[in-house]
Amino acid sequence: MKRQTYARMLRSGFRSLMLHRLRSLLTTLGVLFGTSSVIAMLAIGEGASFEAQEQIKLLGSQNVILRSVKPADEPTSGGQTSRVVRYGLLDADYERVRDTFPAVVHVVPVRKIEAEVRVLTRSLNPQILATQPSYLAATGRLMWEGRFLTAEDGRSLSNVCVLGTDVAHYLFPLRSPIGERIKIGPEYFIVVGTLAPRLRAADDQPEVGEFTGEVLIPFETATNWFGRIQVKLRSGSREMEEVDLHEIIIGVASGDAVSLIADASREMLSRGHQKRDYEIVVPLELLARAEETKRIFNVVLGSIAGISLLVGGIGIMNVMLATVTERTREIGIRRALGAKKRHIITQFLIETVLLSVGGGLFGVALGLTIPIIVEASADMKTIVTPIAPIAAFGISAGVGIIFGIYPAWRAASMDPVEALRHE
Amino acid sequence: MSSQEHIQNVVELMNVRRTYRMGEELVQALDGVSFAIGRGEYWSVMGASGSGKSTLLNVIGCLDRPTEGDYLLAGTKTSSLDDDELSDLRSQKLGFIFQSYNLIPQLDVLENILVPLYYQDEPPADGEERARALAERMGLGDRIGHRPTELSGGQQQRVAIARSLVNNPELIMADEATGNLDSQTANEILDLFDELSAEGKTIVFVTHEAHVAERASHILRMKDGQIEELIVQREIVQREIVRS
Repeated sequence: MKRQTYARMLRSGFRSLMLHRLRSLLTTLGVLFGTSSVIAMLAIGEGASFEAQEQIKLLGSQNVILRSVKPADEPTSGGQTSRVVRYGLLDADYERVRDTFPAVVHVVPVRKIEAEVRVLTRSLNPQILATQPSYLAATGRLMWEGRFLTAEDGRSLSNVCVLGTDVAHYLFPLRSPIGERIKIGPEYFIVVGTLAPRLRAADDQPEVGEFTGEVLIPFETATNWFGRIQVKLRSGSREMEEVDLHEIIIGVASGDAVSLIADASREMLSRGHQKRDYEIVVPLELLARAEETKRIFNVVLGSIAGISLLVGGIGIMNVMLATVTERTREIGIRRALGAKKRHIITQFLIETVLLSVGGGLFGVALGLTIPIIVEASADMKTIVTPIAPIAAFGISAGVGIIFGIYPAWRAASMDPVEALRHE
Repeated sequence: MSSQEHIQNVVELMNVRRTYRMGEELVQALDGVSFAIGRGEYWSVMGASGSGKSTLLNVIGCLDRPTEGDYLLAGTKTSSLDDDELSDLRSQKLGFIFQSYNLIPQLDVLENILVPLYYQDEPPADGEERARALAERMGLGDRIGHRPTELSGGQQQRVAIARSLVNNPELIMADEATGNLDSQTANEILDLFDELSAEGKTIVFVTHEAHVAERASHILRMKDGQIEELIVQREIVQREIVRS
């Protein structure tokens, strides 16, 4: 059939549907809500998992992070002022990882120092991390001003530090901190650089209220000045902890090797540690788990939406069957005037597809509106992936064809003589 | 067309039988019917209900196939044709006019006239002009955009006649075409048929009214699935032609 013929059939189908406006409208509602729920639910689900994934990605997807964890059964302060709690990752762990693990790009030790940071009268208690130059590469952070810590800083036990954005802003609100002296605990340190704020991978917008408050100092310098024993002051009581390393960041050469290194780390730590005073964070695995959760979520949502589309499709089929019966005579006339079976099939199929595609179109419109409303009223992030409306629309058209075939076939297989006689 | 020019018989039935199965019983709706309708002839078919005239009309109209025997429409043997080929014959060689007009309600006058052309594999390029001219001729020039429900019975039947002519059919079949009309309108429509006949159209007109049948050149009476009698009154038709 020619294009012109289809255009005419479309027009004529549309007109037939407009003869029963209310019926057509009600019929499309099933598909409309099915389609819009697919889009809206996917957008909300996508938005929810996006946040989690971003957090994980900030840890570095090619890293394996070993962390010290204070064992649960260890007595805390308990009034004993002189007791030292010893736990966590050991220097030996660090050395073993560095010397024996294959496919490792960098191994970064991190120790957290408890101390006050002060410039003249301004003071605060940020996270003070004693680490090595490779920290920058391993975490993917960027410099804002000046330079990062160097190996030479460590060797010469230099009193230098790098400030995080917020710390720099707090301590030096009006001028560049580079070259200035700050006091960390009892010692003076010279600021050699500042870190750029953390960038959000998706939209490059720093999260409001996120405090990138760290001060970084050379690992060796920290060991020299602060030792390994930290004194924490907790509401009047003192608590002493001895921790070699708070964190070991292992940067792996390729994503494939991540799980290998993670397994090796587990194996190594479980042998070397009596208590479970460590944890292993594998961002890639977390990411995989988040993906899996999202996938399950999508399957559930997809099923619900699928069922509603199915119900919508059945509704359309029901109405089309009634329509075919109602229009038996018209079918007879058309057959008598030369319509072939396929003409009749096409005619009714076009009407069904018009119903479902109409529902699909309005459903897409509604489905795109709901996330906007949700975002505005419930303060939830939603993401409409371009594939969702396209797929939803395609499925609705498919529903029309599938559920239109039977009524159309029924119409076409009528005996023309019988159909003409139908009152 | 030239190849069909030499075929003088538009309709040829040879010992046509049509048997229906009604439950356990076999019904002989047509029981060995043979006749031929020549080009330009105006036949009326009469008979009581159950006489087989509807079945005969369905067979001639290619809506039904004979169980036995042969039926040739303009030289084409229909018994071996499949559903699509029969549809092609209907859209190309036949024009139908029904008692209850049978226009399609959601289409306007022009579109209704055009319906037979819609289903042709290669519709003529001048289809719409042809339809407009026919509407004009039927006195419906100012009604072209109207829906059937906005027309009177006589006007609807005129649309149906225009529709039956749009594909330049070999044969026009009218089934009780004036049955639903008042006598004045019916006469107008019958005059129209006379006109068409005078133009050389081949017409089969099914009716149960004697005065309607009188206008035809041949009157075929059916009874119990067989031809009861065939009256040829050619001279009347020729007089009509002379008069018009």
